[in-house]
Amino acid sequence: MAELERKKITKRFWITLVSAPILMLLFAVFVMPPLYEVLCDITGFNGTTGTVETEQQYEVDEERLVEVSFFASTMPGFPVQFGPKVASMDVVPGKFYTTSYIAKNNTDYEVVGQAVPSVAPTDAALYFKKLECFCFTRQVFKPHEEVEMTLRFVIEPEMDEDIQDVSLSYNFFKLES
Amino acid sequence: MSYTAAHDDHHGPEKGLLRWVKTTNHKDIGSLYMWFAFAMLLIGGAFAMGIRAELLQPGLQLMDPQFFNQLTTMHGLIMVFGAIMPAFVGLGNWLIPMMVGAPDMALPRMNNWSFWILPFAGGILLSTFFMEGGAPAFGWTFYAPLSTTFAPDSTDFFIFAVHLLGFSSIMGAINIIATVLNMRAPEMRLMDMPLFVWTWLITSFLLIGAMPVLAGAVTMMLTDRNFGTAFFDATGGGDPVMFQHIFWFFGHPEVYIMILPAFGVVSHIIPTFARKPLFGYSSMVYATASIAFLSYIVWAHHMFLTGMPVAGELYFMYATMLIAVPTGVKVFNWVATMWKGSMTFETPMLWALSFVFLFTIGGFSGLMLGIAPADIQYHDTYFVVAHFHYVLVTGALWSIIAATFYWLPKWCGNMYNEKLAKFHFWWAMISVNVLFFPQHFLGLAGMPRRIPDYSLQFADFNYISSIGAFSFGLSFILLTYIVIDCIRNGTPSEARPWDSAKGLEWTLPSPAPYHSFNTPPARAVILEESQHS
Ligand code: HEM
Ligand SMILES: [Cu+2]
Repeated sequence: MAELERKKITKRFWITLVSAPILMLLFAVFVMPPLYEVLCDITGFNGTTGTVETEQQYEVDEERLVEVSFFASTMPGFPVQFGPKVASMDVVPGKFYTTSYIAKNNTDYEVVGQAVPSVAPTDAALYFKKLECFCFTRQVFKPHEEVEMTLRFVIEPEMDEDIQDVSLSYNFFKLES
Repeated sequence: MSYTAAHDDHHGPEKGLLRWVKTTNHKDIGSLYMWFAFAMLLIGGAFAMGIRAELLQPGLQLMDPQFFNQLTTMHGLIMVFGAIMPAFVGLGNWLIPMMVGAPDMALPRMNNWSFWILPFAGGILLSTFFMEGGAPAFGWTFYAPLSTTFAPDSTDFFIFAVHLLGFSSIMGAINIIATVLNMRAPEMRLMDMPLFVWTWLITSFLLIGAMPVLAGAVTMMLTDRNFGTAFFDATGGGDPVMFQHIFWFFGHPEVYIMILPAFGVVSHIIPTFARKPLFGYSSMVYATASIAFLSYIVWAHHMFLTGMPVAGELYFMYATMLIAVPTGVKVFNWVATMWKGSMTFETPMLWALSFVFLFTIGGFSGLMLGIAPADIQYHDTYFVVAHFHYVLVTGALWSIIAATFYWLPKWCGNMYNEKLAKFHFWWAMISVNVLFFPQHFLGLAGMPRRIPDYSLQFADFNYISSIGAFSFGLSFILLTYIVIDCIRNGTPSEARPWDSAKGLEWTLPSPAPYHSFNTPPARAVILEESQHS
């Protein structure tokens, strides 16, 4: 029977076929998560807030007011009571404001936690900048301790004029101490 | 890695059970895949019967909610990864070498491996039912943190099973690409290839692109669960929403992995029974390729409610709508093929025709879901359940059944019982609609998916749906009988049981010889048997 002149699988073809899925796997584990984080930082997707290093000067329009509402929640199993000191504030974009959240550890042991912020609407997240925040670091709560944790922030004037309400919420997670 | 046909020329199959363990023959492996998929279909189907039995009436009757969720999760996983995907790989194994004029698959040994991994993966997945804490109960989409922080210990076994399944399908895809590109009859140009081969070739590229992402997602779950990473854990700087992005980056191509080969099957059956060449052969090829490409850039239509920015919602909405265009091209081509054809309605044609109708209904509900503002209402309701069952059951599964009836005479050399098969078709056709159509109404009325109990106003439609489900489930007993009866006692079939069927596979005797084309077919034969006019 005539031997066939079918094409042989060349080494290069074989290597391409095998490395393609491996590369996709590496892409999924090592590229997608950092890429996602960078995208969120640039665009404010997902309510990721930004930070500023110094109390810089903005152009301020005293007429414009934005109502900022503060929310708090804790993950199941996080034993510290946690809430904003004031429920909302009227804020002039471009000016810095300070407010605080109050946390009370009702237990007999030390609790360590981390607050994760989120801003809504998404289009505001990019312009909501924090100079100082208890969410920058992990927090340690001594037994039965009540603490006031400060937050200093600004809404940049570049934020869309149509946005008149912004909400900031924190969710507290338990960390292994 | 070269294939030497000369070695395998003479020996037929080995004797005994070991034949099936050691086989590297594409037909043996194709049959193994098909039987495995059928077994999984029955197991997944049994879970579905459990689900519908609980939902027959409002209130909790048969099981506790946790077990109900285990059933829905395992039903989805088993059907997607155990039934539909292996069935298509089985069809590909059986048909592709014959259709491209090859003696066997390009990498026969790897072929053996890709099959034999499956029963182990399936076994591990099913064994989670018997573990402490029960089987995974977080849905087939296994969103974090449900699947990381709050999942049962058996989840690690689930992860291992998914790794194995992914490994198996990637090897299958590599094999098909190598077969189509290297083992094709030298005289067969790419644009002479039948559509089933084309659609599988393109599907293989989807598999290679998407399955590793799934493997990546479960790997990150594994390290989050056991090794202190925080990919999906907000406390450690991760993000659970990112899990959904990664999952659907796999998930949407995955749904097309399950439907493109179906498009191929139907593009063979309709021309045969309309006695006309396929209308628009090349547009079919291009439409398939564009669907495959688009399927990578629409994933977040599953995530309209995660708080995406408006620009994102708009982009994913329009990109999703765009898929309807090449899909529409296909549906119109099938209809145009039938236009003024001399149609007859043998069983494979009945399945293919009802595929066109019912899959299109699923496509339309998909379009409704793709409208971002409307999806706020529809998301996570029974409307979504109705949508994906129309595209997957009356789409993917229908095409698999159609293909089975169409090629069964070639596979086993016998004709099935046409009367019984037609009766079975109508039984399944009516009951599947009784089962899934009312779920559209339930969804629009607001019944959430994945719940074991519901408010009273949903009772009537759920009752109807469950009755349809039991009837549909029973119909598979008859299907099993028809297939086994055909293999055992069917009347011998001619080489070309359907007069106007085209394709190289029909030039072989029935049943097809152990090795298909030791001498590649000549150009004249290839052209004579090609799908384009
Ligand atoms: C015109 C084509 C299609 C469009 C526009 C479309 C659109 C959509 C959308 C927007 C959703 C998300 C709904 C929600 O969760 O709120 C969805 C869900 C789904 N679609 Fe489609 N779809 C199409 C075709 C298909 C096909 C061909 C398949 C499979 C063969 C499929 C399988 C699924 C599945 C499995 C889900 C549910 C996933 C889950 O469990 O959440 N779709 N579809
Ligand atoms: Cu999708």
